[in-house]
Amino acid sequence: MEVINIKGTDDTPNVILDKASGQFEISGRSLPEDVNMFFEKILDWIDEYAQDPNDRTEFNFKLEYFNTASSKVILDILLKFEEIVENGKEVVIKWHYHEDEEDMLEAGEEYSDIVEIPFDYIVYND
Amino acid sequence: MEKEKQGFLEFAYQLYKTMKTNEINLVYEGEVTQEITKTFTSLTEKSLSKNAESNTVQKKVFNVMVECLQNISKHADSLSDEENERRGIVMVSRGDDSYNIITGNIIKNERVPGLKESLEHINSLDKAGLSTLFKQQIKESTISDKGGAGLGLIDIAKKTGSKLSYQFKELNDQVSFFILTSTIKRN
Repeated sequence: MEVINIKGTDDTPNVILDKASGQFEISGRSLPEDVNMFFEKILDWIDEYAQDPNDRTEFNFKLEYFNTASSKVILDILLKFEEIVENGKEVVIKWHYHEDEEDMLEAGEEYSDIVEIPFDYIVYND
Repeated sequence: MEKEKQGFLEFAYQLYKTMKTNEINLVYEGEVTQEITKTFTSLTEKSLSKNAESNTVQKKVFNVMVECLQNISKHADSLSDEENERRGIVMVSRGDDSYNIITGNIIKNERVPGLKESLEHINSLDKAGLSTLFKQQIKESTISDKGGAGLGLIDIAKKTGSKLSYQFKELNDQVSFFILTSTIKRN
């Protein structure tokens, strides 16, 4: 499968999606004006991945900030991985948050209330 | 001409004084675009970190500014149908124990009751209630053609932990001016 490796900007995140090396990561900040345009390619990639996923997927979210429009897209991404879980493969969400940022931890907890995927919370400091 | 120039100088000075007294760090009136949003948020970020504000407060101010500005750039109406710029006013002030982010924009009168209802509903909820509403809304919402998910105001209320204060001033039988103040406590 094609590897997605997008470098972040001041309003879009870094994205790495690499099936062969098992690297799945969205990090940085996400506040694009047009979320659909930015995430379309990523959602398409995940759809294709879901056809033949790895036995175990570890997906890292290490976001410093995201706007509410992005929060909707993040849910869409998680829902796609939930389907992969339903199809019998293992998926773990590694949700990273800065120690000063309770809000980011809470955002992760809210997602884990909505989707049936195990979440690991990982705290970091700078 | 000279007199007019003198008037502007006096106005600039008065404005400067008012801003100083009220600790207003930023005032802007004009079109609100993604470029403006990025510029203001990064300016504010820099000034907050210079003021040694805690990370938590910095993030909350950044967060609320982005949602307020993107609300204007997506939803503001114009004074007349010929204009299609999304304009608004943005102010950031720092008080002894809180930051206030004040935004104002034109809204069509027909949209006022719906917005008022949402605001009242959000203000009636506590932290747990807001979280439940957010989860419900994020599941049901789709990204609109404007790129919004209808989550901005809930998010602001959740992250600030303060009630949203707002006002609608009717300008004529077509439009009103909507003012929203979001307050972030400095710990």
